[in-house]
Amino acid sequence: MAKTIIESGNVAAAMAVQLARAEVIAAYPITPQTPVTEKLSELITRGEMDAEYIAVESEHSAMSVCIGAASCGVRPFTATSANGLLYMSEQLHWAAGARLPIVMCVVNRGLGAPWSVWNDHQDAISQRDTGWIQVFAKDHQEIVDMTLKAFRLAELVHIPVMVNYDGYYLSHTYMPFEKPDAAQVDAFLPAFEYKHALNPERPESLNTVTLPDSRRDVDGVLRGGYMDIRHNLHQEMYLAMEVWQEIDDEFQKIFGRGGAPVLDPYRLDDAEFVVIAMGTLANQLRVVVDRLRSEDGLKIGVLAVQMYRPFPNTLLAEALQGFKGVMVFEKGLSYGDQGALYGDIKSALYPYPARPRLSNYIVGLGGRDIPTESLYQTTKAACEQDSSTPPAEANAPQWIGLQL
Amino acid sequence: MTTSAKTNVLNLTEEEFMHPGNRACSGCGLSILYRIGLKALGRDCIFVVPPCCLTVVQGLHPVAATQLPVLNCTFASTAAVASGVRAAMKRLGRDTQVVAWAGDGGTADIGIQALSGALERVENIIYICYDNEAYMNTGVQRSGTTPGGALTTTTPYSGKVEASKNLPAIIAAHNPAYLATCSASYPLDFHDKLLKAKSIKGLKYLHIQTPCPPGWGIEEHMTVSIGRAAVETGLFDLYEIENGQMQLTGPSLQLLKKPLRPVSEYLDHQVRFRKLDAARISAMQAQIDQKWAGFREQFGQA
Repeated sequence: MAKTIIESGNVAAAMAVQLARAEVIAAYPITPQTPVTEKLSELITRGEMDAEYIAVESEHSAMSVCIGAASCGVRPFTATSANGLLYMSEQLHWAAGARLPIVMCVVNRGLGAPWSVWNDHQDAISQRDTGWIQVFAKDHQEIVDMTLKAFRLAELVHIPVMVNYDGYYLSHTYMPFEKPDAAQVDAFLPAFEYKHALNPERPESLNTVTLPDSRRDVDGVLRGGYMDIRHNLHQEMYLAMEVWQEIDDEFQKIFGRGGAPVLDPYRLDDAEFVVIAMGTLANQLRVVVDRLRSEDGLKIGVLAVQMYRPFPNTLLAEALQGFKGVMVFEKGLSYGDQGALYGDIKSALYPYPARPRLSNYIVGLGGRDIPTESLYQTTKAACEQDSSTPPAEANAPQWIGLQL
Repeated sequence: MTTSAKTNVLNLTEEEFMHPGNRACSGCGLSILYRIGLKALGRDCIFVVPPCCLTVVQGLHPVAATQLPVLNCTFASTAAVASGVRAAMKRLGRDTQVVAWAGDGGTADIGIQALSGALERVENIIYICYDNEAYMNTGVQRSGTTPGGALTTTTPYSGKVEASKNLPAIIAAHNPAYLATCSASYPLDFHDKLLKAKSIKGLKYLHIQTPCPPGWGIEEHMTVSIGRAAVETGLFDLYEIENGQMQLTGPSLQLLKKPLRPVSEYLDHQVRFRKLDAARISAMQAQIDQKWAGFREQFGQA
């Protein structure tokens, strides 16, 4: 039976991993991820979860254990944050290149130096080109649902999935959410089967040195070289977005939740302006939009980007046709350039005839408070601009909430 | 407790687990070890291999020189990936041996953290370090186990200033289930130590001195004789550690009864040692003599 409970976001993640029947858990403590792995080790020790818990000596090894287990066809899980994610970066590329269906929760946190344990998105953004699928949750229910769907997606497309949720905003706050029924999860998520699993009865060499050009195997069959293998990963990343949508349909039929797996719109039907963000920030912006509609008469809505890699270029560009203004708020950037999401959105719009006025706001780095009032004022000013922004200014992000 | 070689060329299994023809250099000590080691390990194994000469020896995609399953992994991750494979085997209810096989750089340097973690967790794996005493696969750069005085491409002209790190001693400090040192020049001793390792639960560590003709500057036909000289001069010792007890084995055990060959007989044939001066060689000899005086006191005259 599904039941509604009140717990922290980290415990919600652990419950999803328990329901997903992950079999090998390898993790290293880092704030604010730690309670996920504490909860999993508790569940395993109490006999409420049947899995191996491997207390590794680093995040690099955590991902390495997952790589070893997944290569044998056994379902692994790990979780991390910030510098822990960076420490496993080499292994992230490896897991994706090896096409291993690993699921990892990343409890988003700012990167050192200087040290910060508080939330922003720079950790996930810095790893966007690893070949991992990246999704962002906005609340506790989405943490649970996305994690379950992530296992299904990873195992269908053989690409690892990173489920991101905001440190503290979600990880350490308590909210009600529905814990799905175990039997229904089993029906939704069948056991992991991997046809290239390491097995002495049918030996294979995995991740061997691969030459630039294709080459014939012992049977004379031409096998792709490095570039061909990498091209497959890229093409199948695109397909992964369609599969993610199909999985969401299935999930919705069983559990009654879903419907916006890639882009989650809020009050966009008649809107002329839209604010775009990822994670909890998108929920906070709903409050801002409600006020702008009621107090200022602005026709404005929110578009949450739920899936960041593969990037929904076409869906976004089509969704943004006809808007007067698009404001992108984000908690991470490419230093010396602009917000990563902002750059991606501009690039998606370029081939389309209608290119709305765009502006970019960097907020909340290293846990800097994001007052709803400040989001309101910023968004209102952006909507009320009467002429289009000069091109040079449009390329530069505005930093909101600086205390210089 | 000692391993007297039970296996000889007459009763060594004739079955080969490595395809003929591979990418090893001629005279490669590793290819001796690999061929004989696989005979001891048998078919119910999964190998975990980081970048090293073995990566190349095993063949380039989509061709393999080995008949066994191999998981190639990143340089620093060998022992952790092997731990993941081990956990998977446990979940699948299989007794398959998980064998990590890495070089000295991958073990003593970049891989030591993951290995230390696996040792502390008492992972049930076999970890083989073939020590050719430098980064040979990238073209002979100094590693943590490169001996003092040796010329490498990153210690040119006058040789490495520092001494090598004693990796087996570092491993021994973790109290592994089984630790053995071996030499590629005594492959049957390695074979039988592997057989023993297979029968023990926990982390089994085998450290093998592995002569490398291009890296050491020796003729290809000298691989076996130079490795034997390392043992017979008392420079590299063959031993086992079980339950914290160290015991010399095989040819090193026999050395208790006979005089050591002078270390110069090992050094003189190698281009990498040609910058060693007489004073440094005397100091090395004195160190070996002192070590063996200790062995003779500890183990008697055998």
